[in-house]
Amino acid sequence: MERALKKYFPIFVLPTLIAFIIAFVVPFLLGVYLSFTEFTTITDARWVGFDNYRRAFATSNFVDALIFTAKFAIVSVVTINVFAFLLALLLTRGFKGSNIFRTIFFMPNLIGGIVLGYIWQLIINGVLARFGVTLTFSATYGFWGLVILMNWQMIGYMMVIYIAGIQNISDSIFEAAMIDGASPIRVIRSITLPLVMPAITISLFLTISNSFKMFDQNLALTAGAPMNQTAMLALDIYNTFYSRVGFEGVGQAKAVMFFLLVACIAIPQLILTRKGEVEN
Amino acid sequence: MGNRKNTPLMTGLIILTTILAIMFLFPIAVVFMNSFKGKFYISDAPFSLPNSETFVGFANYAEGLIKINFISAFGWSLFITLGSVILIILCTSMTAWFLVRVKNVFTNGLYYVFAFSMIVPFQMVMFTLTKVANTLHLDNPVGIIFVYLGFGAGLAVFMFVGFVKSIPLEIEEAATIDGCNPLQTFFLVVFPLMKPTLITVAILQTMWVWNDYLLPYLLIGSEYRTVPVAIQYLKGGYGSIDMGAMMAMLVLTIIPIVIFYLCSQKYIIKGVAAGAVKG
Repeated sequence: MERALKKYFPIFVLPTLIAFIIAFVVPFLLGVYLSFTEFTTITDARWVGFDNYRRAFATSNFVDALIFTAKFAIVSVVTINVFAFLLALLLTRGFKGSNIFRTIFFMPNLIGGIVLGYIWQLIINGVLARFGVTLTFSATYGFWGLVILMNWQMIGYMMVIYIAGIQNISDSIFEAAMIDGASPIRVIRSITLPLVMPAITISLFLTISNSFKMFDQNLALTAGAPMNQTAMLALDIYNTFYSRVGFEGVGQAKAVMFFLLVACIAIPQLILTRKGEVEN
Repeated sequence: MGNRKNTPLMTGLIILTTILAIMFLFPIAVVFMNSFKGKFYISDAPFSLPNSETFVGFANYAEGLIKINFISAFGWSLFITLGSVILIILCTSMTAWFLVRVKNVFTNGLYYVFAFSMIVPFQMVMFTLTKVANTLHLDNPVGIIFVYLGFGAGLAVFMFVGFVKSIPLEIEEAATIDGCNPLQTFFLVVFPLMKPTLITVAILQTMWVWNDYLLPYLLIGSEYRTVPVAIQYLKGGYGSIDMGAMMAMLVLTIIPIVIFYLCSQKYIIKGVAAGAVKG
């Protein structure tokens, strides 16, 4: 069959391959190349070596965005996973209506980032109005606004992963623990937590990489205000490309560094999840 | 977890969960409520109910629909999402089957390049992809579907390959012996078997394309606006927002998502959990 199938290469592979080359391979390689050049349109590129990478650090924007993003990622990852895990524990107690609650908690995950941003802009500005300030008054408000938004969006998603992990644990283990007289806290610490470790690993990686890549929510909620202090990495790259003429090369250099950073998070994640699939 | 008795503790947990669920729905309820209030009464007091002074009926909806041409944006979103998802499912499932069944250096290498593309953030190719697509005249609603096929191929191929590996070869060999050519074998035997993965991939890609903002904004945003792009256009040049129209349009954007979700939530939750491979 293999030999017969080979002849069908143009039908089976070629359409995907051409689209893939146009939409990914060429832009990716071109992007790496252009990060070492100065250009406004692609045709006038002039080789400048690592100049763009130096210039990316010459102004504080990129480093500030990196620090802001890292802080945001740490706070979000901890809060999202703690809340999601607690919710998963609640919803696996087996009470009536658990599925309805699961449906509700998961729903915000389906709403797009732009829409999420404007929903929370309304809510947070409404709360802050009582103190006579707005979201764009201080970077601290923007930071916590983004954290709350991200929690609202991601908790339900991580909760679903944790629920699947908890339900995979055989009931007999819990029954044995109950017969031995273990307290509920002890059960969670000594049985549930160690046995859902694969789910915890997946969730940690997912929340980290989603936190680092956040763009739409950032654009809609604060757009970087005040003074780009709440601009995360992706937004800073976007601004470098499209709001400053003559900085296209710098933008591309930032994008390459952004890619390398995200890859460092995503590659171990991919390997771990694939390993997990084999074990199952 | 065994314990299903109606103890006071259990009742307490149910009450706690209910309060949390109400908190989760609260932001959407506030948006809905404010969509019926006059635009100058929204920002300062979003939590107060509409009264005779602030209630404006469907005026915000009428204004928003005209202002950003929401119907047309909805149509383009629907067209692009449906087109992309159908094309992605069809093309990448065929490719994945080929990559698994024809074993050589080329197919193996290609599989790894597809998998690699999953971890590349959009900002990395944002500028160059826009230029390439402009040069090839893909900057229109039909062209963008082709771009989505290329950029979405990584995850889709990756997931389909994982599934095809679990299909026993004997089934396909039997079809070949019965006189099927590869195309018939694929569409009559393999494709129907793929149904669970087809649904998962379709859901993940639908959510991605429907909610995507940057690609349609950069590629076709000046002429054809999808829903997220149209919503973003409600923000004026100096950051001023017509809050009335914004609230109404947010409601109109959320309603179809909620309906779609409630109709197929079982598949959606399962599909999204399965898609956790992508960062």
